[in-house]
Amino acid sequence: MPILEVERVSHWFGGLQALKDVSLYADREILGLIGPNGAGKTTLFNIISGFLTPTHGKVIYLGKPVQHLPPHQIVRLGIARTFQIVKPFANLTVEENVLAGIGMPYYAQFRGLVAPYRTTANVHTASHLLELTDLQNYRNAPANRLPIGIQRRVEIARALAIKPKLLLLDEPAAGLVAKETLELANLIKNLHQQGINIILIEHNMRFAMSLCQRIVVLAQGEIIAQGQPIEIQANEKVINAYLGQE
Amino acid sequence: MSTGYLLTIFTFIAIYISLALSLNILVGFAGQISLGQAAFFGIGAYTSAVLAIRYSLPFTIDFISAILITGFVGLFLGLPSLRVRHDFLVLATMGINFVVISVFKYVDFFGGAMGLVNIPAPVLFGISFRGGVPYFILSSIYALLTLGLCWYISKTWSGLAFQTIRSDEDAAASVGVSSARYKIYAFGISAAIAGGAGSLYAHFIGSVFPDTFAFVESIAILSMVIFGGVGTLRGPIIGAIILRLTPELLRFISDYRFTLYGALLVLMMLFQPMGILGNGSWLWQKLHPNNRDVANTPQMEVK
Ligand SMILES: Nc1ncnc2c1ncn2[C@@H]1O[C@H](COP(=O)(O)OP(=O)(O)OP(=O)(O)O)[C@@H](O)[C@H]1O
Ligand SMILES: [Mg+2]
Repeated sequence: MPILEVERVSHWFGGLQALKDVSLYADREILGLIGPNGAGKTTLFNIISGFLTPTHGKVIYLGKPVQHLPPHQIVRLGIARTFQIVKPFANLTVEENVLAGIGMPYYAQFRGLVAPYRTTANVHTASHLLELTDLQNYRNAPANRLPIGIQRRVEIARALAIKPKLLLLDEPAAGLVAKETLELANLIKNLHQQGINIILIEHNMRFAMSLCQRIVVLAQGEIIAQGQPIEIQANEKVINAYLGQE
Repeated sequence: MSTGYLLTIFTFIAIYISLALSLNILVGFAGQISLGQAAFFGIGAYTSAVLAIRYSLPFTIDFISAILITGFVGLFLGLPSLRVRHDFLVLATMGINFVVISVFKYVDFFGGAMGLVNIPAPVLFGISFRGGVPYFILSSIYALLTLGLCWYISKTWSGLAFQTIRSDEDAAASVGVSSARYKIYAFGISAAIAGGAGSLYAHFIGSVFPDTFAFVESIAILSMVIFGGVGTLRGPIIGAIILRLTPELLRFISDYRFTLYGALLVLMMLFQPMGILGNGSWLWQKLHPNNRDVANTPQMEVK
């Protein structure tokens, strides 16, 4: 059984159909989700992570339908995400951003109201995540004053803090310089080796091709191709979709 | 100035420190702008007054009931915050203020426009606390307890959860924070503390009138929080002290004192919008040069 199945999902924004009968699955892999601007990629992430309820269709996670759950409950099941337009907690430091993720199991319990968050164990876990994402030098920096590449890493560290089984990354390489992109690719591979399953939205074809084991291509709300990177590169519909955009 | 007069001012300051700190939980911690804090202040005062006058209950029971009942009403009145976005929340909380005042004014049980008078002085451990030093100590203890509670909240997961919803509700949801739940908590805790302050006020003055808790009072409390430095613990305290003292100190210019008071507020917002002791304010940086907002920020290589 795949970790995640999207079954015949359609989504309308008023009169605009952003997703048309989309079905896909994600397994123990790095899955790429690519497609031109406005294809519906972020909308699909919003549906999987509970920020939107699909007009039609189902999202099955570990065998259970979850499409009706709100985002703060989805994340408790182990689905974490980052945002295309970064949303770090601007009023908190980088370390506190990560601690906020570590708190995920507490927020829904009475314990959360009374338990202090800055314990030795939690600070230790946060340090570990900051090292993993190479943020240790920014520990005490306010998250909003950092360059975009670092803010993206803060979001990844925060998402990892919830101990996800499935991690949704929405254009994590956008705005990064070449060196940062390379480091990001290594981080993503590393996370996958640690057993985290990843779905990655990406505009940068080369980046997606080098990293993903399988790729799903969306265009105008529909899946137009899926398969191995090599097949996708040669796929005529995909080439046309991208050419049509330029 | 007589000692009695000074003690009255100081007692008021202590009560207003609790009020400003209570509103800071809502506005500063959770980022929910509210123009209705005086309503909770009033509900606490009226609860206490009604229990003391109509049911002859002792102060301890009046006081604890004021906290619990106002907290409960706060949970309930916090519900609009779940449905509306920030700018509308300002209007909704204003509305709460008007509704609560009308109830005090037009329901006979609450004494109508004439209010409720002859609220007995609190008696604790056999000591009567009418005015003077004892009452100042009593209200200072309450202000200290409030400060302690606010400090403790800021160290807990709920304090962190408040910060996340203040920052971005979507990002908060992405780490498992239900913004609905935490907004309601913030309203409940904030209202409960204001209710206690209301009870202390009622037993101090000995009478309550609807207009004391009108909309302008909400503005006054919010001004204290913003003037001092929203979101910090020191800010609401210093804000309450300065804004309660200024009109008194300016008494000699009588008619113009509120003009000056208003001008002070406007200047403050123009030149130090983070508040006089807010993070990053001129004065706070002078007093506390090592604060994390400036010193620990690594130098960024911005291309
Ligand atoms: N909240 C919304 N309300 C109305 N329309 C929306 C909303 N969000 C997205 N859309 C529309 O839905 C379509 C799909 O948008 P989406 O953001 O999912 O695309 P995308 O594939 O992520 O594009 P990009 O590569 O530019 O990020 C677009 O036409 C977009 O304008
Ligand atoms: Mg997108």
